[in-house]
Amino acid sequence: MSISRDDVVHVAKLARLGLSEDEIVTFAEQLSAVVGYVDQIAKLDLNDVPPTAHPVELTNVFREDIVKPSLSQAEVLANAPEQEDGAFVVPKIV
Amino acid sequence: MELHQRTAHELGDLLANKELSSAELTASVLARVAEVEEQVSSYITLTPELAMEQARAVDQARADGKELGPLAGIPMGIKDNMSTTGTQTTCASSILKGYKPVYDATVVSRLRDAGGVFIGKTNLDEFAFGSSTENSAFGASKNPWDTERVPGGSSGGSAACVAAGEAVIAVGSDTGGSIRQPASLCGVVGVKPTYGRVSRYGLVAFASSLDQIGPLARDVKDAAIMMNAICGPDEMDNTCLPNSVPDMAADLTGDISGMKIGIVKELTSEGLEAGVEESFNNAVKVFEDAGAVCEVVSLPSVKYSLPVYYLIASSEASSNLSRFDAVRYGVRAEKYENILEMYTNSRGEGFGAETKRRVMLGTYALSAGYYDAYYGKALKVRTLIRRDFDAAFTKYDALISPTSPCVAFKMGEKTEDPLQMYLSDVCTVPANLAGLPAVSLPCGLSEGMPVGLQVIAPALEESRMLKIADAFERRFEGIGVPTVAEGV
Repeated sequence: MSISRDDVVHVAKLARLGLSEDEIVTFAEQLSAVVGYVDQIAKLDLNDVPPTAHPVELTNVFREDIVKPSLSQAEVLANAPEQEDGAFVVPKIV
Repeated sequence: MELHQRTAHELGDLLANKELSSAELTASVLARVAEVEEQVSSYITLTPELAMEQARAVDQARADGKELGPLAGIPMGIKDNMSTTGTQTTCASSILKGYKPVYDATVVSRLRDAGGVFIGKTNLDEFAFGSSTENSAFGASKNPWDTERVPGGSSGGSAACVAAGEAVIAVGSDTGGSIRQPASLCGVVGVKPTYGRVSRYGLVAFASSLDQIGPLARDVKDAAIMMNAICGPDEMDNTCLPNSVPDMAADLTGDISGMKIGIVKELTSEGLEAGVEESFNNAVKVFEDAGAVCEVVSLPSVKYSLPVYYLIASSEASSNLSRFDAVRYGVRAEKYENILEMYTNSRGEGFGAETKRRVMLGTYALSAGYYDAYYGKALKVRTLIRRDFDAAFTKYDALISPTSPCVAFKMGEKTEDPLQMYLSDVCTVPANLAGLPAVSLPCGLSEGMPVGLQVIAPALEESRMLKIADAFERRFEGIGVPTVAEGV
């Protein structure tokens, strides 16, 4: 299984990851090697095997719905790269 | 023996008997840090003022006659992927440079309450992606046994600081071996608890179905004492188990006669360095001399653990790291024309090479057309691996293998070939996939470097696992102290 330059560019776009031209070339090569290695499981016949998404089977973990102290607005904004009037600032979206 | 080389339980006794104050002990550890940190680079951030303040508070509490636990006044290192209020938490990534959490991880608050003295935040591979601590944006840590070699990873700083005497004990996190492998390479004890034993609240997530926090310590008893402090239910983490926690230090009697121990065939039959194999075989003899029955057992699906692990861990990581959008926290790129460029530039500039590779692999494995073949298949093989362990534990009390197929390798030896680096996790990833507790402890030296023995137990059987590890430790002559200690 070989990962092409176009594959790398496509996946990087999905991952919102800016890559340099050098990185695109290197990753195509390195990811081909890794995907070639993991490919050994793609060939297994596992139709009757259920998947394990999690090692511990806990479902519906409930707790009482009680209001407790939480972070203040100032604390929530404390690490924001840009903020204004108590809000996170982002570039214009629409 | 110097104070900085002693175990937490010995020092705890001295503190309890008022033969030593925590302020004296902390000052001696800080002096040791000043002496060797330049060679070892265990820490990203040092917090000497906080440490002295915590130490004096414990001394005052003791003077006031308050009842204190065994970790009160003990200097410790905390891996820099656990949130510490007001202290920079970077995950060794440029994207989190300067990030100061506004809340504590549950483990951190439990250690504060236990009277822990925080020497600093220890180095790691960026976001815990790696097996050498070379993938840190703040520079690599070095192995205290030979500073031209890696300490292992990703909790390399936590292992190195304990081995070098820069902390008495430390906490790390283990997703595929990130506590046990550096513990093995640095000659200390490292425990990965059962998945869900320890709260992950405030641990910056790598792979949420695999991550567990655990201790790195000088001996098994110290590790048990730390486990007692950090294990147990937490309503802030819904994957944390509700089960009560036994006193894990209570049953370290050394008596394992009649126990049945399985030697995992798939982790011992090929690819081991000769020196690792020799130390491991000697360890088997020690168990047999102690009256345990050791037999080779095959877990056939375990041979698929590495590809399954790298698919699942990278897939979960690619999803978890989507939170780094440079909006709520993290360093934002200076140049961008629109929101999409703000994301791609901030992540492109803020993430290092290995982080990008993992995000790329995970995104690829989850993308349309590949999900069923890769991620979906990996989840099914994970089931087979769990079943193999379930079957083995109907016959055996515990399973053993070396922790790492090799001793610490040279810096730079594997950085150009990611796949070779991934292969160094071959013995440790199965326990994470199956959610099982596992411990690594020193069992010999090869080329003058420590070799680690791994003991894997059934879920929630940490007490039995530590009892077996302690029984070995009592009968083993030990490996001495690292070379970084000899030059001073």
